[in-house]
Amino acid sequence: MDRSIKVRTEGLYALSSWTEMLYLILPRALLIVGLLTLPLLLDMYWQRVLCAAGIYALLALGFDLLAEYVGLVCLGGAFFIGSGGYISGLLNAHLGWSALFCIPIATLGGAIFSTLVLIPALRLRGIYFAIISFMFPMFARYIIIALSIFGGTEGISALGTLPNVWTEIYLILVVVIIALFAIRRLVNEDIGLILRGIKDNDQAVKASGINITSYKIKAVFIASLLGSFGGAYLSHLYGWLGISLFAMDFSILPIAASVMGGMGTLAGPVLGAFALTPLSEALRGFGQLRVVIYCFILIGFIVYKPEGLLNYFQRKYHQFELWETV
Amino acid sequence: MVENLSKAFGGVQAVLNVSFALKKGDILGIIGPNGSGKTTLANLTTGFVKPDRGTVRFKARDITGAPPHKIANLGLTRTFQVMRPYHSLSAYKNLIVPLNSPRVRQTRGGKLGDTDAVAIDILEEIGFERDARVPYKIAGSLPLGYLKRLELGRCFALNPEVIICDEIFSGLSMSEITSMIPLLERIQMDGVTLVMIEHRLRELFRLADRVIVMNFGQKIAEGIPQEVMEDPEVKKAYLGRERA
Repeated sequence: MDRSIKVRTEGLYALSSWTEMLYLILPRALLIVGLLTLPLLLDMYWQRVLCAAGIYALLALGFDLLAEYVGLVCLGGAFFIGSGGYISGLLNAHLGWSALFCIPIATLGGAIFSTLVLIPALRLRGIYFAIISFMFPMFARYIIIALSIFGGTEGISALGTLPNVWTEIYLILVVVIIALFAIRRLVNEDIGLILRGIKDNDQAVKASGINITSYKIKAVFIASLLGSFGGAYLSHLYGWLGISLFAMDFSILPIAASVMGGMGTLAGPVLGAFALTPLSEALRGFGQLRVVIYCFILIGFIVYKPEGLLNYFQRKYHQFELWETV
Repeated sequence: MVENLSKAFGGVQAVLNVSFALKKGDILGIIGPNGSGKTTLANLTTGFVKPDRGTVRFKARDITGAPPHKIANLGLTRTFQVMRPYHSLSAYKNLIVPLNSPRVRQTRGGKLGDTDAVAIDILEEIGFERDARVPYKIAGSLPLGYLKRLELGRCFALNPEVIICDEIFSGLSMSEITSMIPLLERIQMDGVTLVMIEHRLRELFRLADRVIVMNFGQKIAEGIPQEVMEDPEVKKAYLGRERA
């Protein structure tokens, strides 16, 4: 058979039988159904934790996209959260628009703002980009404190919240699921291939007549969309905005989640975020010792399972397929 | 096309007052000992390095110091001496990148259609067997000969007018080179002008219409291959001074 046809029809073999289809759909369905039924089994407190985990999942997804598919190690997660959160909160506090209206505007506005700020840093790569992007959330904090604008250190409280707890929880979960599948598709489209080309070898992409800066901008914009949504959502989840929206956690935890879940798998970092956030909540009783335990878990992963959870599960799952009963 | 081009890196004068012209459909060879500024010349011409002095003109347009992707979109592109495949992508997906350039979009009239199919057609033209597994292998795992072809294919996919090949024969076996020569000839017959930076003189002389010799950043000779090799300056550059 013509190989070019084969390549184009590669995905179709699965349609040949129900078991093949089930085999492919099962892990995806498990993830969707699992995430959507989880809130029904949890009490109020853990539902809140789940919401926070969703925000971290979006950040981790954005981090993974930029780090593994574009070659930009971005520690600016807190900046995305902060921009989105402040824009949404301020619109709500000063103009009185409802939360459901402010969130989409802030998602877009925060993403545009953070992308514009990061543009000058885009010519840097790897660790250099990481350092610069790590600075921006700190800048923002100190600017807000020094000028005492936007409520200064106190922040602004009594923001409008989402209509009810079910909207709160399902809004973030649905967005996480849609974002995950959208980005998984994106990285295999032509634009995704160009981004991966930039990561592998940006000189060759330039020699191919492609403006790499414009593609990097697009990628950063997508990642910051996710983060800004998370931030906007967060400010309305707690009905409060303040400088802790620029907290370092938002930049660091996504990295830990990516390492734990498996870098470059996209679904891995999402799972990692849903595992790590509750874990750090559960360890709250340990007080400061929590950070130590947390570090041990991370070191354990780096040393014993550097591939991450998802790659490990995926391998086991595919072994299961090859298993023949005699 | 290139006039009085100069570039110094710190105290090292990498290229000094080099000028040359390129006729459509030509194959121009650039030779010279290691460190004589051949690759820098390619970097200056294609915009990867900005020249200190001099101008580069392409199709009557001044492109001195323009960014590489703009120059590539005008139809002037290059291969790299150290090969630069997108090693995590399969061979045919490497070509998706140039196929998405503004130049290809324009020349193919807006919608490109199935880029995968176009990529595989191009790979076949540059010597990847369509029915073998090579086009679908991850580029990082390909042997050197295929990588060199892929490098050429990435340029060819751009539908270029000029390709600057930076040592495309280096590291290849004799038989790989012999199969590469007809490929280059075919590309030339498609109307592409080739500039070949080479150390493999015998193979280069089979192809090149004209040769430029460089030494210590300066052009020391230009002409048809036989003439150039008789030049005493060139002999001195390659073999050293004759002892009295």
